[in-house]
Amino acid sequence: MEKAEEKRHTIVPFGPQHPVLPEPLHFDFVLEDEKVVDVIPSIGYIHRGLEILVQKREFTEYVYVAERICGICSFIHGMGYCEAIEEIMKISVPERAKYLRLIWSELSRVHSHLLWLGLAADAFGFENLFMQAWRARELVLDIIEETTGGRVIFGACKIGGVRKDITDESLKTMVTVIDGMYKDVRTICDVFLNDSSVKERLCGIGILSREDAYSLGAVGPMLRASGVSYDTRKLGYGAFGDIDFDIVTETAGDCYARCAVRVHEIFQSFHIIKQAISKIPGGPISVKVTGAPNGEAMVRYEQPRGEVIYYVKANGTKFLTRFRARTPTFANIPAMIQALKGCDFADVANIVLTIDPCISCTER
Amino acid sequence: MTENKMMIDIGSDEVLSRVQSYQQGGYRLVQMCCVREPAGNVPADHLELHYTFGRDYEMVDLKFSIPPGAAIESITQIYPCAFLYENEIHDLYGVSIQGINIDFQGNFYKMAAAHPFNPDIEPGQAQKEK
Amino acid sequence: MSYFKKSPWLLHYDGSSCNGCDIEVLACLTPLYDIERFGIINTGNPKHADILLITGGVNEQNADIIKNLYDQMPDPKVVVAVGICATSGGVFAECYNILGGIDKVIPVDVYVMGCAARPEAIIDGVVKALSILEEKYTTMKQEKVA
Repeated sequence: MEKAEEKRHTIVPFGPQHPVLPEPLHFDFVLEDEKVVDVIPSIGYIHRGLEILVQKREFTEYVYVAERICGICSFIHGMGYCEAIEEIMKISVPERAKYLRLIWSELSRVHSHLLWLGLAADAFGFENLFMQAWRARELVLDIIEETTGGRVIFGACKIGGVRKDITDESLKTMVTVIDGMYKDVRTICDVFLNDSSVKERLCGIGILSREDAYSLGAVGPMLRASGVSYDTRKLGYGAFGDIDFDIVTETAGDCYARCAVRVHEIFQSFHIIKQAISKIPGGPISVKVTGAPNGEAMVRYEQPRGEVIYYVKANGTKFLTRFRARTPTFANIPAMIQALKGCDFADVANIVLTIDPCISCTER
Repeated sequence: MTENKMMIDIGSDEVLSRVQSYQQGGYRLVQMCCVREPAGNVPADHLELHYTFGRDYEMVDLKFSIPPGAAIESITQIYPCAFLYENEIHDLYGVSIQGINIDFQGNFYKMAAAHPFNPDIEPGQAQKEK
Repeated sequence: MSYFKKSPWLLHYDGSSCNGCDIEVLACLTPLYDIERFGIINTGNPKHADILLITGGVNEQNADIIKNLYDQMPDPKVVVAVGICATSGGVFAECYNILGGIDKVIPVDVYVMGCAARPEAIIDGVVKALSILEEKYTTMKQEKVA
């Protein structure tokens, strides 16, 4: 009797190069037949050590490096770094710059979520949907390229404001493009939310309870899909204080809920951008910055993947003492491990994808 | 909503009890990090650690400093998810942390330089202390 | 413009890139830029691949992996380094953990510029790689005959 109960454990390495992972990440799965009983992550394949570059680049130049923490969430990384420095130096950014930052950060949320929808579709074997989501995403990238000049790395933010203004005409066009996208994106998203074969693959998979999500420090859509209403945009940083929006939450905590949160956030971002365009004031877009920062600041923002923390410590010279970014995926790893325990090995790809892993953020 | 955040300086001996009280108070672990050149009248060769906790939209940052080469206790008994941060601090700064629930033994990041953020300490010193 | 009769399959590996080039590589595979019109399919298996597309520089941990992937690919094969990081380390060249461009560990046939590399540039790079692949293919054939 005892022998029958004794299960054999197999260890299966997964990654770093794997068809489903766009980025290198390695796991060791402890399996009991096809069930995952434990997961040991190992990271570091993309560790560059870019935080140390603050000692080699002046704090004004470092914005470019901060933007390259990650190419998907690049704008908010650049913006977060700038705002941390602005907090230390007590610079007040012109209102128009705040709104422009908001518009670009929400555009990058839309492009990131559409990108994720595509990758997730690819992970659960729906290639057509992957192509459709990425086709829709190109429209957002077109707006971004038209207003900043870059597709994925914008270079639009600087300490004291922004580098480029968006003309009123462009803002009007933006509204038209977004209105046009509604229907298109709605059709794609309806497949994600209502198609029975998609539901079959996502519902009830990789469940993360509300308690686990909170106590393991999960952030962003991962946390909100488990029923915790927490979104750092509600702090009202930048121009968010004037914007009216509700936090999107789901309660099931499974892959489907995480997908649904992101889908609803796309439409919410459209709504936020349109509100911002209707309220944007005129005036200058940057102020002159003189001197060097001295002091420390810890700030937080909402990335597409969740709450991000920047810590900056400066000593009064052009070179900072320390810049640290705690990125959302880093905080989501313990929760992901929890969600993976007890799942089928075949569902691993799906669950890993639904946390929207951004490894280059995580490892910096 | 105004942002509610604060930084508190504490002694390195009261860390565990403070962390425990935050855990009981329903705070989640936001982040942990390490910094060189601590502020105030702490000797320059000390390291400063920041443990940040959050509840709703409130954020509290505990700051304390440790002398070079000192070992600290892990807080993974209280917050199991802290293992990532603690392994990172160990690898980047060479701080030895005792009793981590998942200890990568210095292999969290595989790097060209040992403790790149803290070149003062000898390579491998932190591992030896273990 | 080169013309290659076979369908070259592509393997993408992210060295230590910031994702900027990665998502542009993926964007190339999707409807607007559609690199698949050259008969290319993105594969996850190095044994199936003819073209290795690498984004990002080489660091301590992935040097062996890149070498492994390259060795596993059957001949003839070409390597395309996408973006400035894959060429020289780019903005991260001074970081302690970056060894440099991809050519530090494996031979590179085509370098694609840009930070992040634009899809148009990536397509150009791949098309260039196709003609190099064809050259290698013919040389291999001739060597076999001789």
